[in-house]
Amino acid sequence: MSQTPNYGPTLSAGARSSLPVLLLLALGFLAPLVTVAAYAFATPKSFEVFSSFTLDNFAAIFDPQNTVWTSFVWALTLAFCCVLILLAVCYPIAYGLNKVFGKWSGLVSVLFVFPLFVSENVRLYGWVLFFIKNGVLDGALKWLGLGGGPEVLYTPGITLFGMTYVYLPFMLFPMTLGIAMIPRDLVDAARDLGAGRLLIWRAIELPLAMPGILIGALLTFVLAAGAVAEAKILGGQSVITITQDIEVAFTYAQNWPLGSALALILVVIVSGLALTAMSRIDLDRILGKR
Amino acid sequence: MQTPGQVRSHFLIRVWTVFVIAAVYLPIVCGALAGLSRGRYFAFPVREFSTEWWSKTWDSFEIHALVQNSVVIALLVTLLSVLFAFFGALAFARYSWKGRRAFQRLLLLPIFFPQPVLGLALLLWFNALGLNPTWKTAIVAHLVWIVPVVTLVIAIQVFSFDPVLEEAAADLGASRLFTLRTVTLPILWPGIWSGALFAFLLSWGNFPLSLYTAGADSTIPKWLYSKMVAGYTPMVPALGTMSTLTAASLLLAGGLIRIYVRRRNAARASEE
Repeated sequence: MSQTPNYGPTLSAGARSSLPVLLLLALGFLAPLVTVAAYAFATPKSFEVFSSFTLDNFAAIFDPQNTVWTSFVWALTLAFCCVLILLAVCYPIAYGLNKVFGKWSGLVSVLFVFPLFVSENVRLYGWVLFFIKNGVLDGALKWLGLGGGPEVLYTPGITLFGMTYVYLPFMLFPMTLGIAMIPRDLVDAARDLGAGRLLIWRAIELPLAMPGILIGALLTFVLAAGAVAEAKILGGQSVITITQDIEVAFTYAQNWPLGSALALILVVIVSGLALTAMSRIDLDRILGKR
Repeated sequence: MQTPGQVRSHFLIRVWTVFVIAAVYLPIVCGALAGLSRGRYFAFPVREFSTEWWSKTWDSFEIHALVQNSVVIALLVTLLSVLFAFFGALAFARYSWKGRRAFQRLLLLPIFFPQPVLGLALLLWFNALGLNPTWKTAIVAHLVWIVPVVTLVIAIQVFSFDPVLEEAAADLGASRLFTLRTVTLPILWPGIWSGALFAFLLSWGNFPLSLYTAGADSTIPKWLYSKMVAGYTPMVPALGTMSTLTAASLLLAGGLIRIYVRRRNAARASEE
């Protein structure tokens, strides 16, 4: 009736619906990455993309004289610590959103989503105003006659704090979806059979919630590994992350090939992790809740 | 039945959650205080409150241009990303087709990607194409990141949608467009609405993508950053607070409209 007659091979309805997004991602995501990859093999400090091929940029990065590897170590270490802290911070909240808060969980979720709509530099600058000399913490402690606040700004520790702060929702929500996959009956049955709380957590809850937790950990790791604003605004450049090196190469240094080679290494590390973890996860089950 | 152990752990979970929420909002409050105190340099406890920086910000022509850029970018991003994401969500969740799993994974990649690096990569690509970065290229950059997010938001709604309804409408002789308008869209409406709200707010607050891809054109977050790095004035926290309040009012209005529509539909359904 409303079916159009079928002339020759046509795409399925699903494939047709995916076309606009596929086109956008091809032109806006894959093409830029290909450009970065092409620049990574171009002559250093030139703009001769697609016309020269050299490994000089990588040789410069892996040269023992070059200290750029410290930026990689900083970025990956900070990202790793950020993930560990967020796992501990978010688990009780994600559990609460599923099993404790009841009708309040909607409001709690909104309160955690909202900061995503405030740009991170505004929120990070709020922390500067909190920790700075004569700022909220220092001023409040002096006012109470307790001496001044600790000098924590412009240290690697505060950079990690800022990253934990900014990426909290990216851990919390996947984790919440993961914990939602634990069927209540199963936990009740285990309890009726005499399992202790630790055993239930380790043998039932954790494995069932693992896909969500894994997505959260991965997402925060990847985002934190590429973070730059925290180190600049809160860290006062006491830590140089790899993204900052990439940015400098692209802007002040005007060495696009070197920046691209650095970016390519970061992308390979990050996407390698993302793809391995993603291949083990069934998105239909996590989002579908059927 | 709750055991005493559960009562205690539930209490601790509540206390912890309240503490974390307080920490999440603390810097936003600090910014609001700094924007509302008199004098050029912030000191706590605030000696004297004043609206001088708010009115200066409000009257500044430079700021007007920024707000205009941010609004235009966010509106276009909202419109375009909902269009892309609506079909994307159908492909993601509604149809079972051969490439679906690959499509789902591909869609997540831009979300699983550090935004500053994405911004720099796009800058290179625009340059290779010979495009000068302006607010228009910033829209493209925002879309690359926001369309996947909105697709996921709408897809969650699509998962709860029973395709039999569409088939029934088709069997009763409804055209494809008529089915879309009268069956599919009303059911997916809450997801589309949330998706649109997400798109606007994420674009409004986006900093890393705008920083590298907007060229000489500035947006609110980009301007704030440039002043934080060099040339701080209390207009920075004042404008930051204004921008936050704008986002909060939009979120609130969006939520209220959704509740209102749901109630009205429920009332209508009970009348019939």
